[in-house]
Amino acid sequence: MSKIYDLIIVGAGPAGMTAGVYAARKKLKTLIISKDIGGQASWSSDIENYLGFSMITGPDLVKKFEDHLEEFSEDVELRVSISGINKVSKKGKNFLVETGDGKKEEAKAIIIAGGKVPRELGVKGEKEFLNRGVTYCAWCDGPLFKGKDVAIIGGGNSALDAALNVSKLVKQIYIVNITNELTGDPVMIDKVMDLHHIRIMNNTEIVEIEGDKLVDTLRIKSRDGGLEKDLHVSGVFIEVGSLPATDYLKGFIKLNKNGEIIIDELNSTSVPGVFAAGDITEVVEKQIITAAGEGAKAAIQASIYLAKKQ
Amino acid sequence: MADKKVILYTTPTCVFCKAVKEYFADNKVDYETVDLAEQRDRVQEMVDKSGQMGVPVIDAGGEIIVGFDKPKLDAIFAK
Repeated sequence: MSKIYDLIIVGAGPAGMTAGVYAARKKLKTLIISKDIGGQASWSSDIENYLGFSMITGPDLVKKFEDHLEEFSEDVELRVSISGINKVSKKGKNFLVETGDGKKEEAKAIIIAGGKVPRELGVKGEKEFLNRGVTYCAWCDGPLFKGKDVAIIGGGNSALDAALNVSKLVKQIYIVNITNELTGDPVMIDKVMDLHHIRIMNNTEIVEIEGDKLVDTLRIKSRDGGLEKDLHVSGVFIEVGSLPATDYLKGFIKLNKNGEIIIDELNSTSVPGVFAAGDITEVVEKQIITAAGEGAKAAIQASIYLAKKQ
Repeated sequence: MADKKVILYTTPTCVFCKAVKEYFADNKVDYETVDLAEQRDRVQEMVDKSGQMGVPVIDAGGEIIVGFDKPKLDAIFAK
C-alpha cells in the first residue's frame, strides 16, 4: 500500500467507468479496481438503446468508455485484478479494499459498482467442465462451437439471445428450459421459433454434465417424471440469469433479500462514505444507460462527501 | 522472448483477446494469431495445450497462459 486515494471504485463496467470520469472532473485521486473491464456490457452483442449509437456491440461500447476514461489517466488509475475483490473494510476514517491476491489499497471514500455475475445451475459437472464446454457467455465462446451441437440452458431473454447469437455457427441447438414455456419477450421467442435447427425442451431439468476432457453429454430429465435422457452436445451455454456480486460485502453494508446493495436516492449505502451504483444495487432498471447515470450520481455524491470531510 | 514463437488463440467476440492484442502492441511482441472461428481444425491444438476451451490462450514458446493474466504476461514480455 503506497498511498491513500480520495476514492476507490470497485468495478469497471458502465457504472464504475462513468463514476471514474466524474471523479476525475472533480480532481479526485481515484483508483478503479476490477476483475475485468466492461463487466456484463462487454458480453452484450448488439446494443441498440445507448443514446448516440443506433447500434454498437458491447465490446466496442466498452472500448469507447475506456478510451474516454484514459483521457483522465492523470487522476484516475484503472487496475485489472483478475483475482477479484476479497474484502472492503473500515480503517479508522478511511476504507481498505483487498483483492484476491492479498493486496490492499486505502481510500477516503468508496463506490461499489461491481455489477452482477452469471447465476450457476448448481448441477454435477458444471464446475468441472467450465471452459471445457460449459460457458456462461455464448457471445464470447460461441465461435469455438462452430459446426457442433450445443445446449442452451434457460428460457428467458438471455437464453434466447444466446440461441440467436450462435444460430449461424452451430449445427443443432437444444434449448433446455425448466419452466412450462419460454419466458422471454414475444419478439425474441418468434425469432427463435423461426430457426430451423432448434429444439425446445420445456419443463425439463438438468441432471448432470458429462464428458472426458471436454463436455460430450448433457443428461436431462422431464419434470413430468419421465426417464433420464442424454443429449450429445459439445457445448452447454448456461443462461439462467445473474446475481449481484456482493458475497464479500455481507456484514459490511446492508443488502436486500436478493443480495443487492440497499442505497438511497443519493447512492449512499448503510455505511457513510461508501456509495454504490449500477446493477449491484437494488435499483430496478438493469440497463447500461441507467448504470452509467447511477455511476455519475455516485461520483458526485462521493465528491460532496469528501469536501465535507475535509 | 525475441527468439521464441508466440501464438495467440482467439475468437472475434473475445473481449480479453483484444486486451492481449493491445498489450502485445504496447510491448512490441511479434505473434501469430489463430482465429478459432475460422481455423476450426486448430481448436483441438489449443485444447491440448491448455486443457480447456476458454480464449484467449497464449503459447509463449511453450509456456501456456490462459486469459488476460497481466502479471504472467508482464513476467514474460514487459520491458
